[in-house]
Amino acid sequence: MPVAVLGVFFVLPVSGMLARGFWPHGTFDPGGVLGVLARPRVHRVVWFTVWSASVATSVSVLLGLPAAHALHRLRFPGRTVVRAALLVPFVLPTVVVGVAFRELLGESGPLGFLGLDGSPVAIVAGLVFFNVAVVIRVVGTAWESLDPRPGEAAAALGASPAQVLRTVTLPALRPAIVSAATVVFLFCATAFGIVLTLGGLRYSSVETEIYLLTTNLLDLQAAAALSVLQLVAVTVLLAVAGRARAVPDPSVARTVARPRRPGRGDWPGLGATVALLAFVAAPLGTLVAGSLQIDGGWGLDNYRALTTNGTHQALLVPVTDALVTSLRTAVDATWMSLSLGMVVAVLVTRRSRTPAERRLRTGLDGFFMLPLGVSAVTLGFGFLITLNHPPVDFRDSPLLVPIAQALVALPLVVRTIVPVLAGVDDRQRQAAASLGAGPLRTMLTVDLPVVWKPLLAASGFAFAASLGEFGATSFLARDDHPTVPVVIFRLIGHPGPMNYGMALAASVVLAATTALVMLVVERLRVPSVGAF
Amino acid sequence: MLTLEHLSVAYDGTPAVVDVSLDLPDGEVLAVLGPSGCGKSTLLRAVAGLEPATAGRIRWDGADLAGVPTHKRGFALMFQDGQLFTHLSVARNVGYALRLRREPRIADRVEELLALVGLEGYAARLPGTLSGGERQRVALARALAVEPRLLLLDEPLSALDAGLRERLAGDLREILRAAGTTALMVTHDHEEAFTVADRLAVMQDGRVVQEGVIGDVWRAPADPDTALFLGYARVLRGTAAAAVLVASGLPAAPAVAVRRSALLVAVDGRLPGTVVSSRATPDQVRLVVDVDGVGKIDAVAALDVHPGPGERVRLTADPTRLAVIPSD
Amino acid sequence: MTSVRALLALTATLALTAACSAVGESSSDESAKAGGEVVLVTHDSFSLPKPLLKQFETESGYDLVVRASGDGGTLTNKLVLTQGDPIGDVAFGVDNTFASRALDEDVFAPYDAALPAGAADYALPGDTDHRLTPIDVGNVCVNVDDTWFASHHLAPPRTLDDLADPTYRDLFVLPGAATSSTGMAFLLATVAAYGDAWPDYWTKLMANGAELTAGWTDAYEVDFTQGGGKGDRPIVLSYDSSPAFTVSKGAHESTTSALLDTCFQQVEYAGVLEGAANTKGAEAFVDFLLSDDVQAALPESMYVFPVADGVDLPSDWASYAKQPTEPYAVDPADVAAHRDEWLREWSDLTSR
Repeated sequence: MPVAVLGVFFVLPVSGMLARGFWPHGTFDPGGVLGVLARPRVHRVVWFTVWSASVATSVSVLLGLPAAHALHRLRFPGRTVVRAALLVPFVLPTVVVGVAFRELLGESGPLGFLGLDGSPVAIVAGLVFFNVAVVIRVVGTAWESLDPRPGEAAAALGASPAQVLRTVTLPALRPAIVSAATVVFLFCATAFGIVLTLGGLRYSSVETEIYLLTTNLLDLQAAAALSVLQLVAVTVLLAVAGRARAVPDPSVARTVARPRRPGRGDWPGLGATVALLAFVAAPLGTLVAGSLQIDGGWGLDNYRALTTNGTHQALLVPVTDALVTSLRTAVDATWMSLSLGMVVAVLVTRRSRTPAERRLRTGLDGFFMLPLGVSAVTLGFGFLITLNHPPVDFRDSPLLVPIAQALVALPLVVRTIVPVLAGVDDRQRQAAASLGAGPLRTMLTVDLPVVWKPLLAASGFAFAASLGEFGATSFLARDDHPTVPVVIFRLIGHPGPMNYGMALAASVVLAATTALVMLVVERLRVPSVGAF
Repeated sequence: MLTLEHLSVAYDGTPAVVDVSLDLPDGEVLAVLGPSGCGKSTLLRAVAGLEPATAGRIRWDGADLAGVPTHKRGFALMFQDGQLFTHLSVARNVGYALRLRREPRIADRVEELLALVGLEGYAARLPGTLSGGERQRVALARALAVEPRLLLLDEPLSALDAGLRERLAGDLREILRAAGTTALMVTHDHEEAFTVADRLAVMQDGRVVQEGVIGDVWRAPADPDTALFLGYARVLRGTAAAAVLVASGLPAAPAVAVRRSALLVAVDGRLPGTVVSSRATPDQVRLVVDVDGVGKIDAVAALDVHPGPGERVRLTADPTRLAVIPSD
Repeated sequence: MTSVRALLALTATLALTAACSAVGESSSDESAKAGGEVVLVTHDSFSLPKPLLKQFETESGYDLVVRASGDGGTLTNKLVLTQGDPIGDVAFGVDNTFASRALDEDVFAPYDAALPAGAADYALPGDTDHRLTPIDVGNVCVNVDDTWFASHHLAPPRTLDDLADPTYRDLFVLPGAATSSTGMAFLLATVAAYGDAWPDYWTKLMANGAELTAGWTDAYEVDFTQGGGKGDRPIVLSYDSSPAFTVSKGAHESTTSALLDTCFQQVEYAGVLEGAANTKGAEAFVDFLLSDDVQAALPESMYVFPVADGVDLPSDWASYAKQPTEPYAVDPADVAAHRDEWLREWSDLTSR
């Protein structure tokens, strides 16, 4: 079932677009596509994509690790709030973040003296801003459930804290770090708005190039070439990551260390965390400040205006209506990704009887990560040209938006549930079966009690991810029912003194909603939330 | 030499170790014996520097160890379940500390250590493929590689099954002797303590209730609870105690602890009684006898004498298997 | 206990889902009109007052469904990709820089609408069988912050040449041609003004410290001195209508003005899609866009001028938004033929 859904809503549209590129005039012309790959500009673009994504991933991991330790192994007041707040960037529309960043880094901004505006450093900073939360969550949750005793054993053998970290803790965290780095790399390599806005047009990534080729030049051949390149790269990356994630001895029984109060040795880590917080808070601060500014003074007018259609009718519906649409769509996307994710998780974690079967299950696991690595433009155009014939006539369906969002949220859901399901000892299921429980009953008595909490937590994650999704949504949203990110994009793109302020205010409202959802998820305390 | 002075450790606010003072001279093995939850593991972790002391001092050769982090104490800790690094091979586990110190000839040293613990040829294996006993041997070799000033053993054998435990306990003693290692071991198993250690400290509710050379402690438990924990089958008091003491020719005392094999069926025995039940084992016949004026008590008989329930027998008391308890 | 809570949570979730889901909702809020649906495909800047759209539905008897996303380029390419099996009946928003591509690919069906007075001036050159109907017109013009120039005692620039003058060094910010249709229009203006020598002009412009941004938003709201972010560049690429939006409350003068000698004219067209399910409805909608009411609503709703003469403009517009008399223009067929080449050359020039 999930394979069919992914087939219809992902494989079919993408291959539809690729086919247009490979058969430009009804005849098969692979040479043309290969020719594109020989263009020097394409080399530059690919190199920049790999470079920026690698650097941003490394920086995210380096900054994220101390913060993950501080936020998940130490105990101090406000920890949960900080954890929830750190996820906010993850769902903010890139347009808004791009503007907020440029207000900071621009020539007239408070950090303008650094001269970073339009530099690759700004792009990397933007990418890190968006993705560091992924590292913190994934690695942090793994760190939280890490058995402290091997580290103590190493210390007792004479390893200094740094040596313990290097020889014991990091190897144990390797699966989580690799997972996080993979996802971050995918997000960075397919980042779109950030590269355009912060790069000052001097830099293009594969993603921006595909966008330009498809929406502006209609050079589908070149777009197909780059899309194939993207797909191949993503597949290779996922395979390598899958291998690196595998541990020789996945021990399930573990003593979970309680978070402790910070000690003397934790100050460098805490310092790094505070610096990271400042880095994340600065653009958010400009956002909030901007949203409160009215004609040089301060006030809440921008927020009051959210119930109107904007100055000069910039909007068809007020932002409040859009928020309702956003919430409804998010509910749909959530249940879709949850039910799909649940099925996938069960499939992936069932014990394999043959090596071939195991490979198939692992492959399936990777397959559902693919939507993260494919350009939203390709997918959006693909929807239009392939989903127009019965039985897959979905082009006009209002469900297309939640479906697209569900596809984006699916990897998050799968990654949350799989570790928990995998941790259920298969013998418990066998015991239940031997006591006369049918498969359904077994599931209800063994799996559900373990999974229902992560399931709720995954729903929070999917909900938030759907709230902030812009790429695919902007393509598919219907004008009479836009979502908040689409409305923000619209507001910020139109002249009018209030529109800019309203866009910022709407972003703050979106961020607050997200933070709220995340706080609720935090309250559920599921160790593997977001552990990709 | 390790010295604990009035050491107290609280774990999450509740006191786990209370006012413990101990000395451990170089080259000796001290076993801390006590039931689960008596605070012995916390004591060990405090010595290792993994738990902060709330009061008192831990000294090594007179120097206070407060503020010295675990990895600078030069004490190796061996966990109950070994805590091998699952991502490293046996050889790399054993050589871990050597690599940290960038020592030369690591491979040779690892080979020696593996030979010492009887695991030649296991170098390339991963911990996941080893049996429980093999893991503990690797853990021991890894700990010994450090040539620690003090080896800390946390229930080193209790995760193993009975037969293996006995054999490994003997090996452990020999290995420690051969290496001349000073060791502090905590355990809840008196036989394990007996086989491995030179000295014994008995802990109850966070306090050390008795401490001394292992034979002394064993022969003279300080109180009835200690006696029971040291493997004595029963503690007799009052007239019952008097009767047994008289029969064994020992001076009078308020209480006496009796091992299972302390009373033996013999024709010339001075304690008459009626057999309640009997059961043959490969070594001897085990009886429960209702001794006149004493009550039901365990006894043994040689295999060729096999009295059935209801039979009258006479028992002698072996004074070496009795322990006089000065207080009740 | 746990299972009871689990059950409660599950029930609550289901209830919430049922209450909030958009699935159960029918796609049109009212009962279907007799004439059926007419589907409009357009870009994301499309906007008209709700009462006006309602009026169309009551008068024509059709249900109007609006599908809006992406910019003008995306819209055109979408239409080209779905040629013959269109995603709607009528399209609005293809402009004169993209129109040729749409015509070449037979996206639109002929429809000779009755044009209001003046509209014929904006008809697409070369569109002999009336496939595209002009609806609105706007000009991309360089804007200046008059207050800034007044306080710096400097005369604002007037022409394209001035922008490359060292007097105005580091003062100009504009969106790039590759990522913004506004930026593309400016590139076309320079092509029209300098012909084959346009690359030389751009070399001078960039050497004079012009800053490129990804989109109009960035340029205007972040870098322009009169934008929301209070930037530090007093010259920006925007529209002829922009000065109407920088009139402070109670003031009688706009703080900015458009340089009318730097403008490129953008005309937006509507057309009936080839293969439309509801051709009659599509034609009715094109007529509706040409009606006086819509033409009069265009400035406030979409920041563009009507193509029809004699329509009353909003007061701010009448006073502050001046239209150029002779904007630059490039033949749409030329744009279609050279777009890739120009963009590539432009990209090479501007990415230092």
